[in-house]
Amino acid sequence: MGMTTAEKIFASHVIDEPFPGTRVLRLDVVMCHEITTPIAIADLMARGKDRVFDTSRIKAVIDHVTPSKDTKTATQAKILREWAHRHDIKDFFDVGANGVCHALFPEKGFIRPGYTVIMGDSHTCTHGAFGAFAAGVGTTDLEVGILKGVCAFREPKSIRFNLTGTLQKGVYAKDVILHVISLISVNGATDRVMEFGGTVVDSMSMESRMTLCNMAIEAGGTSGICMPDMTTVEYLWPFISGEYATKEAALADFTRWCSDADAVYDNVMNIDVTTLEPVVTYGYKPDLVKTVVEMAGTPVDQVYIGSCTNGRLEDLRIVAAILKGRKIAPTVRGILSPATPQVYKDALSEGLMEIFMDAGFCVTNPTCGACLGMSSGVLAEGEACASTTNRNFRGRMGKGGMVHLMSPATAAATAMEGVIADPRNYL
Amino acid sequence: MKTFGGPALFLDRSDINTDEIIPAKYLTEITKEDLKPYILEDLKLSGFDPKSEKCRTARVIVSRDNFGCGSSREHAPWVFEVNGITAVIAGSFARIFRQNMFNCGMAAIEASPELLELLFSFAGADDVVIDLDISLQTGVVRGGGRRERFVFELAPFDQALVTAGGWVDYADGKY
Ligand code: SF4
Repeated sequence: MGMTTAEKIFASHVIDEPFPGTRVLRLDVVMCHEITTPIAIADLMARGKDRVFDTSRIKAVIDHVTPSKDTKTATQAKILREWAHRHDIKDFFDVGANGVCHALFPEKGFIRPGYTVIMGDSHTCTHGAFGAFAAGVGTTDLEVGILKGVCAFREPKSIRFNLTGTLQKGVYAKDVILHVISLISVNGATDRVMEFGGTVVDSMSMESRMTLCNMAIEAGGTSGICMPDMTTVEYLWPFISGEYATKEAALADFTRWCSDADAVYDNVMNIDVTTLEPVVTYGYKPDLVKTVVEMAGTPVDQVYIGSCTNGRLEDLRIVAAILKGRKIAPTVRGILSPATPQVYKDALSEGLMEIFMDAGFCVTNPTCGACLGMSSGVLAEGEACASTTNRNFRGRMGKGGMVHLMSPATAAATAMEGVIADPRNYL
Repeated sequence: MKTFGGPALFLDRSDINTDEIIPAKYLTEITKEDLKPYILEDLKLSGFDPKSEKCRTARVIVSRDNFGCGSSREHAPWVFEVNGITAVIAGSFARIFRQNMFNCGMAAIEASPELLELLFSFAGADDVVIDLDISLQTGVVRGGGRRERFVFELAPFDQALVTAGGWVDYADGKY
């Protein structure tokens, strides 16, 4: 019987099965940020266990609120910083080098096909785009990950999404994943891995695959997963060229993690994306989705472009192509946060920043900031935000605020009209 | 051993998310105790007031499907823990929330549709108490002059975590 990618990764990493159905896995990467890690550090210290299992496998970043906005966030940053220095964690990213974790760590080449990855952050599923098993965990799981390099999981079943057809102009990975979530609902993939394949995924960039996998958790999924292929090899080549003689050799090594043709799935969904239109969320759950045509004309107070979902260079290029030579509506505040310093620099050298600023956008430093209503663009009561982020819960970007999730292109069109607008009119 | 159960709080809605349980703006608190006043602060549900006596004295929460969806924040179980809540009984749970509960030595009990119906049939009464025996996996619900026994199921690993008081000592001793 064939195996899925997740099953192959589990089989190669399992070190114990304390009870039937529970697998304890060896971890390749444990990632940390300043919101969920400090309490783990404090607890380890209180238990007299201030140790780390492997300094080179732990990656840490201050990203949620940075630079710190007040005493409390400065204290969280300080706890993480001192811990990283104390344990000589080389891959620690502080002010000046920091960016949104799920954009920064892939960009540094930390994730490889076949890896097991955890982080105290629900959108860790993003890293499955590389053919890895990447799952968000709570602080206690993170703490044990830091201490022992292990984590327990129920053996996950996989749901296979075969995405076929052709994406129309103005329709992107973000529209696809919002559509998928609307089909299966916010708990349609609970305790399941969402495996994305088919010709549409094959032709997607790594950035787009990360956008797909990023929102797996919004359907309850444990991890998103894409099959490693030449696109994966090309993306990682700067980091792996010393390990493999040729790209073909790397490809051969990576593709052993691909699901077998006769793998068994919990469910298989075939989705032809050809008729898919740009979509937008309209309520307080990510599965409440309508077409942009149905939602057109809905006023917004703010447009936010950034986050681990859509704050990468590919996204910024799409936004710039629409905004070039145009201005945002005077009724709207435009805020754009490049996800990492590298994205920032690349956007600068390509002339994108000038386009954003001339259009009237405020460009912030790389940070999560407004995505979770912490800083740099929090909403007032009763305000609505058109956002390229991933979560629209009540109060997410500020108490009493409404968030409409959408693609960067739709957000750019919306910024110019001040109401939800169809990007296809500008492409 | 820690006892599970006490006055029940019914939250009659699916998909109650972690932002509703504890809003992100309180994630900058460094101790669990500091989270205490903010329990369920952003939950909008008819008849529910997070500042009410009922919310303060509850020891068990009963809710519908996909409880605890959203963020990985363990602050959600913690805000329950510091308010004295030891168990959540729901139709189903989001994976991370469920694991966080057991990792902290608390119980996330998945109820069958029949059990959920039975429990919610008590929701109208003001004095509902649910007592749970984690090792026997049985419970008693009483209120409004009625009393019913019920059984539930916990995965062996989850039960071991609750018994051990959490995952850190369990794992450090073993791996
Ligand atoms: S950008 Fe938003 S969703 Fe992504 S890690 Fe930061 S807070 Fe979480």
